[in-house]
Amino acid sequence: MAKIIVLTSGKGGVGKTTSAAAIAAALALRGKRTVVIDFDVGLRNLDLIMGCERRVVFDFINVINGDAKLNQALIKDKRNDNLYIFPTSQTRDKDALKRDGVERVLEELKEDFDYIVCDSPAGIEHGAITALYFADSAIIVTNPEVSSVRDSDRIIGILASKSRRAEHNLEPVDVHLLLTRYSLERVKRGEMLSVEDVNEILSIPLLGVIPESESVLRASNTGTPIVFDQESPAGRAYVDAVARFLGEQREMRFTKPERRSFLRALLGKA
Amino acid sequence: MAANLVQGAVFTVMVVRAGMLRDPAFASELAQQVQRSPRFFLNAPVVLDLREAAEFTSEIEFHEARDVLRRHTLALIGVQNAQPAQLDAASAAGLASFAPNATQPSRPRPVEQGPSAAPAPPAVASNAAKSRLVTQPVRSGTQIYVRGGDLVVTAPVSAGAEIMADGNIHVYGALRGRALAGASGDVEARIFCSRLEAELVSIAGHYLVSDQLPPEHRGLPVQIALLDDRLTIERN
Repeated sequence: MAKIIVLTSGKGGVGKTTSAAAIAAALALRGKRTVVIDFDVGLRNLDLIMGCERRVVFDFINVINGDAKLNQALIKDKRNDNLYIFPTSQTRDKDALKRDGVERVLEELKEDFDYIVCDSPAGIEHGAITALYFADSAIIVTNPEVSSVRDSDRIIGILASKSRRAEHNLEPVDVHLLLTRYSLERVKRGEMLSVEDVNEILSIPLLGVIPESESVLRASNTGTPIVFDQESPAGRAYVDAVARFLGEQREMRFTKPERRSFLRALLGKA
Repeated sequence: MAANLVQGAVFTVMVVRAGMLRDPAFASELAQQVQRSPRFFLNAPVVLDLREAAEFTSEIEFHEARDVLRRHTLALIGVQNAQPAQLDAASAAGLASFAPNATQPSRPRPVEQGPSAAPAPPAVASNAAKSRLVTQPVRSGTQIYVRGGDLVVTAPVSAGAEIMADGNIHVYGALRGRALAGASGDVEARIFCSRLEAELVSIAGHYLVSDQLPPEHRGLPVQIALLDDRLTIERN
C-alpha cells in the first residue's frame, strides 16, 4: 500500500517544489515506484522543475473532474522508470481541488505506487489543507529564518488538527523537518538560525539539512531534479535525507565546518 | 441541519464598571492603557457592568457609553448585572445581556464542612476533571481555553499560540506565546513556566506584553502573580 508524503511549509519560496522533485527522484533512484503530484493549482511549476513541461496534455484537475483517465495524465520521467509526474492545471484555481475527487485519485494511485509525494502550495488555505489532508507523513520544508520557522510551526499544528488522520483519530501524521538553504558561513556570522535554534523551536525529528548551493538553481532552470547531479552537495544531502526517511542511519553533513583537503583547496573546489 | 445552525463558543471579554465612565480621569487613563498596546485593544469587545450604577436607565446613556468606548477603539457589546428597566433600555440600544460572572476567585474553596463525616474526594475529582493536561507542543495559531480549571502543558508553547485558563497555567517548557490565567477574573490565579519568553502574560485582565517583561527574567523559570493589582514576576 502506498504511503502519501506531503511537502509543506506555510511560507512560500522556501523550496517546497524543488524538494518535492528531489525527494521523489531520490525515492525512485532507491527503486521505489514514486509519483509526485503538483497541488499548486494555477501556479504550475513542478513540471518545469522536473523538465517535462512540453509533455503535459491532461492534468490533475482533468482527472479529478473525470475528463481524463489517470494514465492519460501521468507523465513518465525520461531518466528513471520508477518516477512519474502528475502535473496540475495552470488555468484553474484551488477551488477545483475537491476533496472527494482528490481522495478518489489518490486511492487509484495507491494501487500502482509505493510513494505518492504531494507538493503543497504555500499558505494555510484550501489548497494547502487539501494537499496535507490525506498525508501519512509530512516533510516540513523550512528555511533557517524566524518567519519560516513560525509558519512551519503553524502548519505542524494544522497537521495535528485538520488532517484526515487527526479527524479520524488515527495514528498522527509523522512529521519530519527538512532544513533548506542552509549556509554554515551565514550561521557563523549570526545571520541565520542554526540547526539547533530551529530544532529548539519546532522540536520534530530532523530529516536533513540542504546546503545553500548554486547547483540547485541551475538544476531548476534545466529541469533536472538536483539528486541526478551526483557532484552537487545539495543533491547528496537530499539522497541522505531520503535514506533517513527510509529508516537508515546517516550522519548529518553540511552542519559542521568540513575540513577541506589540501589538494581540493589547491584545486579551488568547494 | 438545524443542530448546526447555532454553535457554542467561549470568549474572553473585558468588563468595564459603568460607574467608572462618570469618573473624569477615566478617559485619559483608558487612553494611556490603549496606547500602550493598541493591537490588544483594537475592536476588543467590552461588557458594561451595571452593578452600583442604577443611574443608567435610558437608551441614550447606553449609546453615549458605546460612543465613549468606541473613541478608544473598544466595542461595547452588552451589559451585565442590569435591573429589568436597565435591561430594556440596553436592549433598545442593541446591547446583549450577559450573565453576571464571578469577579471573586472562581476556584472552589477548600471544603468547609461541619461535623458531617462525608468524604471530600468528590470535590477533588470534579476539580481534576475541569483541569486539562496538554502533552504535545502548543503550535503557533492554536488556542486552548480551560473553563473553570487549571491548564498544565508539559511541552513548549510556541510564539503565536494562545493558552487561557480560568485557573492557573503551568508550562513545563518554554512559554513563547500568550498565556492568560484567571481569564474569568480570578485574581488569585498564577502563571508558572520553566522558561519565560512570552509574547504576553495576563492574570485577571492585568497584562504585560513582551517589551514590558523585565529582561532579567527572560528565559528563566518564573511564577507570575497579581499582587496589589500589579503583575509580579518571581524567579522560581
